[in-house]
Amino acid sequence: MLLLIAGTMTVLMVRNLFVATMLLGIVSFTMALIFISLDAVDVAFTEAAVGAGISTVLYIGTLALVGSQEKERAKFAVGPLVICVAVGAVLYYATYDMPQFGHPDNPVQTHVAPRYIQESPTEIGIPNMVTSVLASYRGYDTFGEVTVIFTAGIGVLLILRQRRRRRTDANKDAKDTPLDTDRDGKGSSLSGLGSNHDLVPHVIAKLLIPFIFVFALYVQFHGDFGPGGGFQAGVIFAAGIILYALVFSLDLARAVINEKAILFLICAVVLLYGGVGVAGMLLGGNFLDYNVLASDPVAGQHLGILLVELGVGITVTAAMLAIFYAFVGRADLIEEASQRGEK
Amino acid sequence: MISFGFFNYWIFIILLMIGLYTVMSRSNLVKKMIGLSLFQISVFLFYISMGKVTGGTAPIVVENTADAVTTAYSNPLPHVLILTAIVVGIATTALGLSLVVRIKESFGTIDEEDILEMEDGA
Amino acid sequence: MELVLDIATWILLLAGSVLLVITGYGLLRLPDLYTRIHAGGMADTLATTLIFIGLALQSGFSLITVKLLLVIVFIFFTSPTSSYALAQASFVAGLKPKLDGFGAVKKPDEDA
Repeated sequence: MLLLIAGTMTVLMVRNLFVATMLLGIVSFTMALIFISLDAVDVAFTEAAVGAGISTVLYIGTLALVGSQEKERAKFAVGPLVICVAVGAVLYYATYDMPQFGHPDNPVQTHVAPRYIQESPTEIGIPNMVTSVLASYRGYDTFGEVTVIFTAGIGVLLILRQRRRRRTDANKDAKDTPLDTDRDGKGSSLSGLGSNHDLVPHVIAKLLIPFIFVFALYVQFHGDFGPGGGFQAGVIFAAGIILYALVFSLDLARAVINEKAILFLICAVVLLYGGVGVAGMLLGGNFLDYNVLASDPVAGQHLGILLVELGVGITVTAAMLAIFYAFVGRADLIEEASQRGEK
Repeated sequence: MISFGFFNYWIFIILLMIGLYTVMSRSNLVKKMIGLSLFQISVFLFYISMGKVTGGTAPIVVENTADAVTTAYSNPLPHVLILTAIVVGIATTALGLSLVVRIKESFGTIDEEDILEMEDGA
Repeated sequence: MELVLDIATWILLLAGSVLLVITGYGLLRLPDLYTRIHAGGMADTLATTLIFIGLALQSGFSLITVKLLLVIVFIFFTSPTSSYALAQASFVAGLKPKLDGFGAVKKPDEDA
């Protein structure tokens, strides 16, 4: 806990933003450790994968585009400090009315949770109660959240999408020479994301990326029995493809999964999730009611949870990839504009 | 873990205030986004620490039926909410960072005071 | 047998932790980026391997041991690769290693 406070104070005070990003990764990892000691294993998994993985990549991608040094402040800001201390004091005074940490009779433990804990093994029949609550008891919330991820992916594509016209010439060149990644003048910039010197990362990446995908599939389908589920699996799958794009060039990654496929995937799985809900309605139950999906309610729950988790996993993968392609593609656009401006 | 009483709330308040101070006092836009991430992380800690039961275990049903009756489970409901919140947080952070990239392209700087001066002068 | 396993686990965990502390100290005190990569990459890999072997001893012949061994293999592949990639990237970006000025070695033309 003291490590957390020290880390956050340092994030506040450093001037170089790369250092702040790395410290944010350290704070996320420490938070994941604290989550494990607080028995939240699914949350720790997600925080480690998202906070220390994808978040760091996104921040570094942004810093490569905007510059990484923060300006010195001329004067010390007294106003925000006074506000923070005042709000902190009010909250501190309020904590004396809060329930004690860890007590089994806390209001949060006695309201709805005992019903979930007692009925989940019989009604749904999967060991991981977090997955059963996420996908079945609170399926509406998860649907809303899939829609939020979809909206964020579409939003980033709208804001940062490069225009297709200028890229078609470069695409044709890339297709003619598929293995030659060392193009003129782009060996060491952000857009030339691979060069002929990186033999060791090439070999290791080719060795490990299949295992990363297998692990992502394992986490996806084992989420019923242990920590895991759709979110973590989607993030790990996206991390594998981002690794491929970072070690080899972005154009090769685009040849594997191009942007039309990602757009199709983002939209298709939101439809999949909604489709499962509507199928529940068509078969006689309520929206997102899994009991009617198969002959036996428990089997119906299993089928519904499987489909829904698959939908969540593919949405998260596609959205993370769309965001990554948008950020790195922007660097390509700026490169080309500056090169065209110089000529 | 032994019962700390109110200790978890105090840690949460300190982290929250550090995040809030980062957002309010630093003028660099990416630093503000980082402060917002710190703010979110402290809220996650708050929720998860509220769901913990002393002597409980992770909310995965244990195999052995002899133990299944007597084990206390930590509350799975805050875990679900925070799982959703983490992924939504990263999605909105990505959106915010893409806006920062566009601001840099339009104004040439991401320091908030410089941008306000440019807007006042123009 | 249990006692032997426990003692072995203790030794391995302590050794791994001491190595990690030394790594941290080296990261702070060494003067240059390349020497720091050297400290961080090598001792880190060995320390995590030792700690995981200690944990594998504690869990006996079960699925958990197989998973721990797989993680050891994974870290064995990726930690040196990441050190290599970091050093390669900083060299290509132009950071030259600091080859003089450490103070202990006299230059040969000062003896005359």
